[in-house]
Amino acid sequence: MSSILDLDLASAKSALQKKEVSAVELTETYLNVMSSNDHLNCYITSTPERALDMASKSDDRINSGDALPLDGIPIGIKDLFCTDGVLTTAGSHILNGFIPTYDSTVTENLWENGAVMLGKCNMDEFAMGSANTTSYFGAVENPWRSDDRQKTPLVPGGSSGGSASAVASRLALAATGTDTGGSIRQPGSFCGIVGLKPTYGRCSRWGTIAFASSLDQAGPLTRTVRDAAIMLKAMAGHDPKDSTSANLQVPDFESALTNDVRGLRIGVPREYLLDGMPSEIEKLLETGIEMLRTAGATIVDVSMPHTKFALPTYYIIAPAEASSNLARYDGVRYGLRIEGDNLDDMYEKTRSVGFGAEVKRRILIGTYVLSAGYYDAYYLKAQRVRSLIKQDFDLVFDNVDVLLTPTAPSDAFAIGENDDDPIKMYLNDIFTVPASLAGVPAISVPVGLSKNKLPLGLQIIGKMFDEELVLRVGGALEGMAGFKSRPAGGA
Amino acid sequence: MAQFLKGETGDWEIVIGLEVHAQVSSEAKLFSSAATKFGAEPNSQVSLVDAAMPGMLPVINKECVRQAIKTGLGINAKINLFSVFDRKNYFYPDLPQGYQISQFKQPIVGEGFLEIEVSDGVKKIGIERLHLEQDAGKSMHDQHPTKSFIDLNRSGVALMEIVSKPDIRSGEEAGAYVKKLRSIVRYLGTCDGNMQEGSLRCDVNVSVRKPGEELGTRCEIKNVNSIRFVQQAIEYEARRQIEMIEDGHSINQETRLFDPNKGETRSMRSKEEAHDYRYFPDPDLLPLKFDDALVQAIASDMPELPDAKRTRFIEEYELSEADATLLVEERETAEFYEKMAVGRDKKLSANWLGTELFGALNKEGLSLAESPITAESLGRLMEIISDGTISGRIAKDVFVDMFESGEDALDIVERKGLTQISDAGAISELVESVISDNASKVAEFRNGKDKLFGFFVGQVMKKSQGKANPKLVNDLLKDKLG
Repeated sequence: MSSILDLDLASAKSALQKKEVSAVELTETYLNVMSSNDHLNCYITSTPERALDMASKSDDRINSGDALPLDGIPIGIKDLFCTDGVLTTAGSHILNGFIPTYDSTVTENLWENGAVMLGKCNMDEFAMGSANTTSYFGAVENPWRSDDRQKTPLVPGGSSGGSASAVASRLALAATGTDTGGSIRQPGSFCGIVGLKPTYGRCSRWGTIAFASSLDQAGPLTRTVRDAAIMLKAMAGHDPKDSTSANLQVPDFESALTNDVRGLRIGVPREYLLDGMPSEIEKLLETGIEMLRTAGATIVDVSMPHTKFALPTYYIIAPAEASSNLARYDGVRYGLRIEGDNLDDMYEKTRSVGFGAEVKRRILIGTYVLSAGYYDAYYLKAQRVRSLIKQDFDLVFDNVDVLLTPTAPSDAFAIGENDDDPIKMYLNDIFTVPASLAGVPAISVPVGLSKNKLPLGLQIIGKMFDEELVLRVGGALEGMAGFKSRPAGGA
Repeated sequence: MAQFLKGETGDWEIVIGLEVHAQVSSEAKLFSSAATKFGAEPNSQVSLVDAAMPGMLPVINKECVRQAIKTGLGINAKINLFSVFDRKNYFYPDLPQGYQISQFKQPIVGEGFLEIEVSDGVKKIGIERLHLEQDAGKSMHDQHPTKSFIDLNRSGVALMEIVSKPDIRSGEEAGAYVKKLRSIVRYLGTCDGNMQEGSLRCDVNVSVRKPGEELGTRCEIKNVNSIRFVQQAIEYEARRQIEMIEDGHSINQETRLFDPNKGETRSMRSKEEAHDYRYFPDPDLLPLKFDDALVQAIASDMPELPDAKRTRFIEEYELSEADATLLVEERETAEFYEKMAVGRDKKLSANWLGTELFGALNKEGLSLAESPITAESLGRLMEIISDGTISGRIAKDVFVDMFESGEDALDIVERKGLTQISDAGAISELVESVISDNASKVAEFRNGKDKLFGFFVGQVMKKSQGKANPKLVNDLLKDKLG
């Protein structure tokens, strides 16, 4: 039984098409381990009936020789993607009972490729968080345990924590996530899996609940780089319903995985080496550099001088957009409504009860930075700095093909550890936020273990719409790192 | 030029700026494909985007962009090839997104002007800008004792907000400005201009000052929905402000509402209570960019606008300024007029259209489009008046028949035998007979009672059943009585 769970997506695809295993069989296996691992809290809603129905249709197509690219592949969907007829919460109480009548473009694309939905993955409320501890539906557990504190449950990272933990725990073959400032890559690093944030505009945002519109981007969380390439191919594509969606052909990402990095120039920005950063992170980076150099790449020391402004810039722009995006949750049309004495009272009660503390904090920050008298000093200045950060990337990519950096400044920490220190929590995103602000693609690949035997990832950042090279270098790094460790928990 | 209001302390000048919200004529909404028809069942024209369902995104409707460009060209304005949509944030139940998508710093249309005709001549009124924005839905507070109902049919419908410069100096000018703007958008087909249905609404900014002094503090009167109300609101508001100042108070900048029943304005919210709209560029939409070729294509497809048409009517048809102004105000009227008047007497046509047809239509509450008499048919009536087939008096009867039956003038004339008698011999006989039947009146006339001439004319006309050529009757009577 566990042998089926050992198959990664690419192998499962091949096994399904060779009829070594049926889609229903594979799906049932996953549904079983999902129900025996409830304590990890990876899923807000599981959809076993729909999963089996989808799997059986996949079997029909496979048997009649009309198999779709993802036929029979059981996946988890971050609960930020609207799914037709299935409760969609964004990890928030404010969407209480909300069942969309539509599917997001990304999930629709996945279903059209034959994928099977196991359920909706837990996440930080409205994707705001780096530990998956802000969900109304409770924290998600990382299946990994620290060597020194075997009994302490750890965070999976966030905001796509349910998706990451599900993939690492083998409660899904792959999962969708969204990344606004690191929400795919950082949980990927914490959970020892691959997390890919595509270029802004590569995947449609239509039907995905908005956090910060100019930053939000859907992407896959998978066990391997190849799986990420296969998933992205199915998720991506131009969507006329999203004005910011790129009108570009979707390449065959899988065919880019040549493992050949010879002659590539790989930049290592010196601004990503922070004072006070654990030495194991620096060591991990050194390992990555050495591997890529050995494989024939040229390592280039580069400078991206505006990197240090990325985090504060992000924490102005993202909350500003969020404060406006979340205004629609007003108790009038859907979701939670707490009756009040009058309209303003209803608004206040609904939003006070419906939103959690982190969401409220960001709405307040966002409202403040857009206010009359503060707009120029905060929002406008942040937009200018964002342009400078973009310019850093433009300039550096004149000189190098991709960048190599750590994904996160630490390994996974204990649930509750940073909850009362928002700044410390925000620092988790320090290496992932610059690529989000610039819109460029980036992948986190597990490369090693920390001294506490927890996974650590490295990040490859590429040029706009150059996911192919990001995947190629990521794949090469993955191959050389040979990360085979498995978490203690999960299936 | 300037009309001043008299106060206790002397003359006051009113300074007015208008913000006109014109609903764009388009099949679909500004950012969604839902329909825009007026009067549909509540909430029957609402897309997922209009209801601001989670994850929904706006996509610009190109037709609305074209309409805005066209309107910009119609008001002689600069078209901005690059403009930006911003979010205007505030909470209200009929604003599902919690923000209105509008254009704040970079509108699609920049400065322009239009010319108005007022009692003391033609005046140029500057236009500051035109921008595109979404309309809100409608709150209904009278449907249930404790609840308000929301109709989102209007939510997301495209509006053009057209902002004038503070160049307007009286209610009359404001009225003429709205009329002219309405006329232009209707000519262009970019807005139906229907003020009753709310397709055209005005926010009126009013301040007063002593002539030559700095601008006073203004008050904004929201959502005034008829030209008459615009004028009433201005007059009331200017008086109120003058009295306030003359009583030693100062004017508070505030938003006011016009109450059409009482004819007065009252405070809605002060500047301190004003919303902080937290405008910022909408990250769901890219900046709106198009090239000059699009503007040129639209420019080459513009209809003749009222000012140009008016000039042409005066020059080509030798109409008076007053007639021409009246005829060109509505595109339909001007087109009707040209159809009826081509190859016919222009002045006669103008009179018949302005007096008879509009008189009859107004009486029946019909629009020109609903007229039972076509332009061509009314034109043929002009022809048979001009060529003497019937007299002007008979023509009025024929017109009544035409209006009732839609029948052609000549058919009525023939069927009823109304052709004018222009045979001098036949009329002579009638004249003779009237003279011999009224010997005593003839004597009185000849003794100097000139007024009786009309009586004889009437008698002759009566005998001819109105068909006698009045000029011949006059001539022959003068001859025989003389």
